[in-house]
Formats: sequence, structure tokens, C-alpha cells
Amino acid sequence: MTHASVDQVWDWLAAVPDPEIPVISLTDLGIIRDVAWQDDTLIVTVTPTYSGCPATSIINLDIETALRGHGIEKIELKRQLSPAWTTDWLTEGGKRKLEAFGIAPPQPAGGPDHCPHCGSKSIEKISQFGSTPCKATWRCKDCLEPFDYFKCI
Amino acid sequence: MSTAVTSGDDALFEFLCRMGDSTLVLGHRVSEWCGHAPVLEEDIALANTALDLIGQTQLWLGLAGEVEGKGRDADKLAFLRDGWDFRSALLTEVPNGDFGRTLMRQFLFDAWHSIYLGRLLKSSDKRVADIAEKASKEVSYHLERSADTVVALGDGTEESHARMADALAYLWPYVGELFAGDAVDAAMVEAGVAPDPASLREEYDALVGRILEEATLALPEGRFAHKGGRDGRMHTEHLGHILTQMQWLQRAYPGCTW
Repeated sequence: MTHASVDQVWDWLAAVPDPEIPVISLTDLGIIRDVAWQDDTLIVTVTPTYSGCPATSIINLDIETALRGHGIEKIELKRQLSPAWTTDWLTEGGKRKLEAFGIAPPQPAGGPDHCPHCGSKSIEKISQFGSTPCKATWRCKDCLEPFDYFKCI
Repeated sequence: MSTAVTSGDDALFEFLCRMGDSTLVLGHRVSEWCGHAPVLEEDIALANTALDLIGQTQLWLGLAGEVEGKGRDADKLAFLRDGWDFRSALLTEVPNGDFGRTLMRQFLFDAWHSIYLGRLLKSSDKRVADIAEKASKEVSYHLERSADTVVALGDGTEESHARMADALAYLWPYVGELFAGDAVDAAMVEAGVAPDPASLREEYDALVGRILEEATLALPEGRFAHKGGRDGRMHTEHLGHILTQMQWLQRAYPGCTW
């Protein structure tokens, strides 16, 4: 029996949206560590973004559902903690999609560079925490809109 | 009891329960604020902190179950043990009190947590180091926020300052337990798994002292410490009440899942 190639599987995973921020995919998010065949079992290694992220189990379910949809029968999901996930693994494409969606992408400086709505640099932090564990809440002092910042870890 | 510890795995199991039970109980306590915090942002922040702590609990207790090798997973350890088997630090068990006391407790815990996890990054047990690596990223955010809030409220109005001073006076006697080592800690030090708790005290006092000074609060001088949580000898009377809330569903409907 011939398997789908590993590259093909990566392409399929690139089409699975993040359940909480559906504008980016799981591969954009950088949480898929490895895809490999072991005999007739496909092993997908996934890393959690935050240890308590409630999306983790949904993500695993979505991966399994997507791959089964492509005819893969034996799937094993492995969790890998180290090296711990970092926002450095967000792809450049993913960062652009976040910005276009109104979520400021992570910056090495530790805070957003500008308001994703109007581009103003006059912004302030409201809270280190936001609507999901991976985000903080900021506000633009020019357009007055609040926005999410994908925080840097 | 710690004196009954015989093999390395027993001590490791105890150590992992201490980590996981403290994050579990504090996570539960903090989650009690969900829907009750003074403003929406604080509600979200408290819920996120609780979520991180419960997530870390899954990792610590999951590994504890693996090390124990009796088929107990994180859920079984969390929901089917009784109070005397818990190893949570007493500081994590005390009631929330007002918002100020909750944040002071969080700060006193976060400061210890961040320093301790920093040391665990060098643990000889890779599984422990991996969890510490993951958790320490989250805890740096917890500490940043709780320290900011302690400063804002301590150096705030007369009322908020007085409340923070009361909170500190109430909580301080629970801090010492975090630095009191016993046979389990000694076994962990020997195996290179975890540091001697006492060795963190100086760094802790320096960090906490710096933030309290900014908050116009004084680092208390007393070193009296309530003990008995980490070794399970004697918990606060509050733990049983927490467990009745946390465990009733699994106890009433064993094996029930969502």
C-alpha cells in the first residue's frame, strides 16, 4: 500500500484552521512539529501553545478529522513539550493574516508596533491577558478601538 | 508522610504532586472569580491565569501518574484523592478574600513559582525540565501582572493601600512553607531533580521586597510559618471545602466525561 507523501500531509494540515483564530492555519501557527510515517501509522507531533489552552483538544480532533477525510486510517498524535512553543514559529504569512484580521502580530519588543486598524503608533496596553491565552488586550489612542495583540512568548 | 519515602520514584511522585496540587488548588481558587471580578479585563486575566495553572496541573499530575505506574492519570489524581493525599502549599488554599488579597496571594505565589521553575529548567529529569520550560513562559506573564497590580493597589488610594497591607499581613505567615525543605526535597536535591527550597529564599525576598517597596508596603519581618500542606501533614480547613466543590461530580457520577 502506498502512503500519501509527508509533503502532501503538510499541505493538508496547512488547510486546517486554528479553531480560535480561524484566519490562520495550524501550520501558520507553528504548532505542528513533525509528520512521519511509522509503518502504516501516520505520526503527527503537535506542541501546545499554552498548557491550559482549551483549543488543544479541538486542534487534535480537527487534525484527525482532516486527515481521515483524506483517507488516512491510522493516525497517532504525539505531544511534544520541548522546545516550548514560541511565537517565533508563527510564519510570516500567518503574521500578515493576523494583522489583516485585526490582531496585532507578536513583536520581539514585547508589545505591538502599531494599531492593526488604523496604523497609529499611539497605543496603550489594557491587560496582559485577552480573549484567548495567547493574546493581550491593547487600545489605540487615535482611532480609540481596542484590539488583540498576539503576545510574544 | 515524607518519612515513609523509600525509593526515588516515591519521592519523585511526591514532588510532582506538590507541584501539581499547588497549581490545581490555586487554579481552582482563582477560577472562583470568573464572572465576579471588578472589571471585565480583570475577569479575563484571572480566568486566563486559572486556565494556565490548571493546564500546568495536567502536565505535573499526568507525569505523577506515569511515575506512580498504577494507572492513575491527572484526572484521577485531581478528582479522586482525599484531602490528606493532597500536597498543595497552604498559601494556595486560603480563601480569595477581596480582589486585593487575591492579587497579593497571586504575587507571593508567582514570585516563588517563577524562581522555582527557573531552577527546574536545569532538572536532571528531562520530563520535569520540559514542563518547567513550558510553564515558566506562562508564569512570567502571571508575575508581570500580579506585581503590576500589587504596585497599583499598594501605591493607590488610602483604602487600597490599607487593604493591601492587611492582605500582606494575613498571607505572609503562609509564605515560609514554600522554603521549608524535608526528606522529599532532600531526595530531589540528591537526584538533581529540584533545588533545595531554602536556597530560593534570598532571591525571593529580594524580588518581593523590590515590588513591595514600589507598592509602598513593607516586607514583613516575621518568619513564623504555617506548615503542613506540602507534606500533607495538616492542610487548612479550607481545602476540604474546595474539594467538595471540585470533586463532587466525579464522585457522584464516577467515570463521567463530557
